[in-house]
Amino acid sequence: MTAYRLASGGLVDRSHGIRFTFDGATLTGHAGDTLASALLANDTLLVGRSFKYHRPRGIVTAGPSEPNGLVTIGSGVRRDPNTRATVAELYDGLEARSQNRWPSLAYDIGAVNNLMSRFLSAGFYYKTFMWPAAFWEKVYEPLIRRAAGLGRTDLPRDPDSYEKSWAHCDLLVVGSGPAGLSAALVAARSGLRVILAEQDFVFGGALLSEAMPIGGEPAYVFARRVVEELQSSPNVTLLPRTTVFGWYDDNVFGAVERVQKGVAVVDATKPVERMWRIVAKHAILATGAEERPLVFGGNDRPGILTASAVSTYANRFGVAAGESVTVFTNGASGYRTARDLAAQGVEIAALIDSRPASGDIAPAGVRLLRGGAIVDTKGRHRVRAVVADRGGFEELIACDAVAMSGGWSPVIHLACQRGGKPVWSEALQAFMAPDVGSGLVMAGAAAGHYLLSECFDDGARKASAVVEAVGRSVSGVEQPVIGEEADPSFTALWHVPGAKSKAFVDFQNDVHTKDLGLAVREGFGHVEHAKRYTTGGMATDQGKLGNINAIGILAGMRGVSPAEVGTTTFRPFYTPVSFGAMAGASIGEHAMPTRRSPLHGWAARNGAVFIDAGLWYRSSWFPKAVEKSWRESVDREVRNVRENAGLCDVSTLGKIEVFGPDAAEFLNRLYCNPVLKLPVGKARYGLMLREDGMVYDDGTVSRLGDEHFFVTTTTAMASGVLSHMEFAAQVLWPDLRVRFLSVSDQWAQMSIAGPKARTILQAVVEDDISNASFPFLAAREVRLKGNLKARLFRISFSGELAYELAVPAGHGEAVADALMRAGASHGICAYGVETLNVLRLEKGHVTHAELDGRVTPDDAGLGRMMGTSKADFIGKRLSTRFGLTAADRMQLVGLKSVEPEKDMRAGAHLLKDGVKPSTINDQGWVSSTCFSPTLGGHIALAFLKSGRERYGEKIVVWDQLRGVETFAEVCDPVFVDPENTKLMA
Amino acid sequence: MASLISCPHCGTRPKEEFFIRGDATPVRPALMAAEEVWHDYVHLRANPRGRIREHWQHVAGCRRWLVVERDNFTHEVFGVTDAAKAGEGAR
Repeated sequence: MTAYRLASGGLVDRSHGIRFTFDGATLTGHAGDTLASALLANDTLLVGRSFKYHRPRGIVTAGPSEPNGLVTIGSGVRRDPNTRATVAELYDGLEARSQNRWPSLAYDIGAVNNLMSRFLSAGFYYKTFMWPAAFWEKVYEPLIRRAAGLGRTDLPRDPDSYEKSWAHCDLLVVGSGPAGLSAALVAARSGLRVILAEQDFVFGGALLSEAMPIGGEPAYVFARRVVEELQSSPNVTLLPRTTVFGWYDDNVFGAVERVQKGVAVVDATKPVERMWRIVAKHAILATGAEERPLVFGGNDRPGILTASAVSTYANRFGVAAGESVTVFTNGASGYRTARDLAAQGVEIAALIDSRPASGDIAPAGVRLLRGGAIVDTKGRHRVRAVVADRGGFEELIACDAVAMSGGWSPVIHLACQRGGKPVWSEALQAFMAPDVGSGLVMAGAAAGHYLLSECFDDGARKASAVVEAVGRSVSGVEQPVIGEEADPSFTALWHVPGAKSKAFVDFQNDVHTKDLGLAVREGFGHVEHAKRYTTGGMATDQGKLGNINAIGILAGMRGVSPAEVGTTTFRPFYTPVSFGAMAGASIGEHAMPTRRSPLHGWAARNGAVFIDAGLWYRSSWFPKAVEKSWRESVDREVRNVRENAGLCDVSTLGKIEVFGPDAAEFLNRLYCNPVLKLPVGKARYGLMLREDGMVYDDGTVSRLGDEHFFVTTTTAMASGVLSHMEFAAQVLWPDLRVRFLSVSDQWAQMSIAGPKARTILQAVVEDDISNASFPFLAAREVRLKGNLKARLFRISFSGELAYELAVPAGHGEAVADALMRAGASHGICAYGVETLNVLRLEKGHVTHAELDGRVTPDDAGLGRMMGTSKADFIGKRLSTRFGLTAADRMQLVGLKSVEPEKDMRAGAHLLKDGVKPSTINDQGWVSSTCFSPTLGGHIALAFLKSGRERYGEKIVVWDQLRGVETFAEVCDPVFVDPENTKLMA
Repeated sequence: MASLISCPHCGTRPKEEFFIRGDATPVRPALMAAEEVWHDYVHLRANPRGRIREHWQHVAGCRRWLVVERDNFTHEVFGVTDAAKAGEGAR
């Protein structure tokens, strides 16, 4: 045994054990353990393999910056890869697996990379995977993809739920160590709305690992008392297990709360994680400081931890990292760890201080090597000894753990996420947060105050300023009495010269000192270049631990100060956030809202097959039992509409009610065709342009009163047209007296089309709708039998005698059912959007397949609609510009397959027979196609150069996607009833 | 970009409730203005760094078009006014 559970101490519940597994082996820990502390207590030092060289690696830290202890927790559908063992709360039955090893952690084939390391230097990828280019996709990419990443994720759907929430406060305190607790307490007592967020599952931060008594009681007891007071304050919200990962504009913070990540059984009624957006008037970052590792030969062996981590494992978790620990330090921190270990009865093999002299005092009986350094370590899967060098004399010191301290860096990440650059402090030998204004201030160790007493004072001081800023008076807090604290200084030591083996700077990405040297020599010495070239500071830890040493080393190599090297860019997220938390409840069918037509139930009862159309479910076709394909159903529906009648749900069209004395003038400016003189009781086809002269949308305009219009838009553009109208009314012409609102959801609208449409409809409508009293394009309110008010429009998309009937949404299904009953003896059928499409295509009506933003009214054959004599309308001026009126523009035409059974597809290009396909030879494109049951062949709408002059010409429809060429005849786009006799019947 | 926008009608709301159209400075020319003037209005946009005026619509709120004056570098928002009240607007 080396690492072990101490006989007593720590904030773990020793009264009963918690069973968990690591790589299948069953181990025992206690409530209050992290996975890392429990693994150490079980002497499981080897926890992973490094990314590049597959070197054996162990836990290095006791917090969120852990680079090595990345494991996969859980199994099956609940599997979280790359979880940091140092922050994972232990629970009964936890299953953890090591990563990046095969076949097993102890015997890993990939470790051969370590022997080949001379070929895997910085920039390896850029140098190796360059040529031949033919290898990029076929060889290199699969190779790199296989090597990339550490943990693997699973495809099965996550069974758990996640949620998102907003929170608002006067003061957000991030971190609950001495400074954070002190700040929260002052603000709480002063009556502020406070949120205290702590990433750990226990509040207290560094106080949980602190051996020194606070106010005469153990530090953790003191912390617990403060937390209890905060908990009982109604104006305070405590968020444990919550990482504040991002700072955004307007002092909005992103945070993720791991509600149920450390539990044995997930309660399905609660989310496992909750994403918070916290709007804070003020925020105090009491995020503490990060201890730097030391960069010495062989510094990556399992059993080598930061000194503060060794202290935390001993004091908070009651775990000794080893039986005999070597401490290697460049400052006071190592001495503190030595004292903590000595107090717990752990042997200290040696205390090696890189400084030749200092005021720090080693615990009694501990061998102190001043001016010494570790230059190498021994051991295979764990450290067995260190090679210490002092004044050129090497000495082998046996030990089974190393506690290293390279000094401290304030955790300033959040403060630098909005563009502010860290500021180098020569005095503290660290990068400090920039001044980012009074909305966000640093407190305690995060502000460079490393003494406990300073942290308490600083937290209280910063909170008092916030209390005053929000206009309240400060209720003072008496600070606890603390014993004398040692000077926390250190002397920067970016790397130990004379390393006998690889000295790692970034553990996670296997970047060692020589890689940085190579980067500088090859011209990638800029800190951002060095990051990309060496991969130092990438991946899950983003250089939290190693970057500062890399900067120090780069500075040394370039002969400049770390201030001049600067840091890489800080961005959210501080620590990784799961996709689940980011998606929240917006997954699967809840990813977007679902819109159901008021006639959905009617369609479903009639056997509709539904199709997603934007947010809508639209009835696509209505199969009969005997029909084997959609085409059979659609062909039948088309024939039936042309011979008898059909009913189609058109409720998804955008519907806008327009009122006001200037309503006519307003619409006259919106549509390119005249609206002003539209008589009351009449409908008209309307075409809207964009200012650049291209068609924007089409629909119908009906005048229901002098100052009352009802307009429809296409389904797809319903929201866009509404916004466009609002822009025109509010921004372009706010002086027009017009008001309008969307009523798309208020009306169920159905199209009744076919020669028998009137007969069927008359059975349901009270008013006389004979051709004389309700002619083509009539539009007015009617009464249905049973006295329901409805709106009837005699408009036709199919080319048949047709009506659109609108009834209040709640009555939609009943009216549709009544029409189906009334039409049964006349052969009515339900038809869907597929048939709608065939019918309109046969009649040569355009949709957004044609009106794709590149098409003018004239291109679409609608040029005569333009109200050129109108004073102004949107798109008028530029519709006459050069190029838009050219004779060789692509014009809408019809196409008929010369061999009727041969189909065409939208997107195919048109070519003259016998020419080579090329951009220059391109004659146009196909926009819509279908099989026409009426014509008995495949037809299409297409845009063809000077198309209207070319009816009768045979042309090649060139479909390179399918590798098919079809011969087609150019014709008028109106295939059916060009004289409109059916329409007017 | 701001996280929160103070709508003059609805109060402070998250930016996700708004739709951003773009530069609010171009003014729709008179119909018979030169084609170049129209071309500028429809197609040309400056891409300044610093203080800009934009048209935002509060689509998930009052649906009013607003003029948001903000700094696209510092993300500071100087003011939000109703586009109709902003007077000159894009007229």
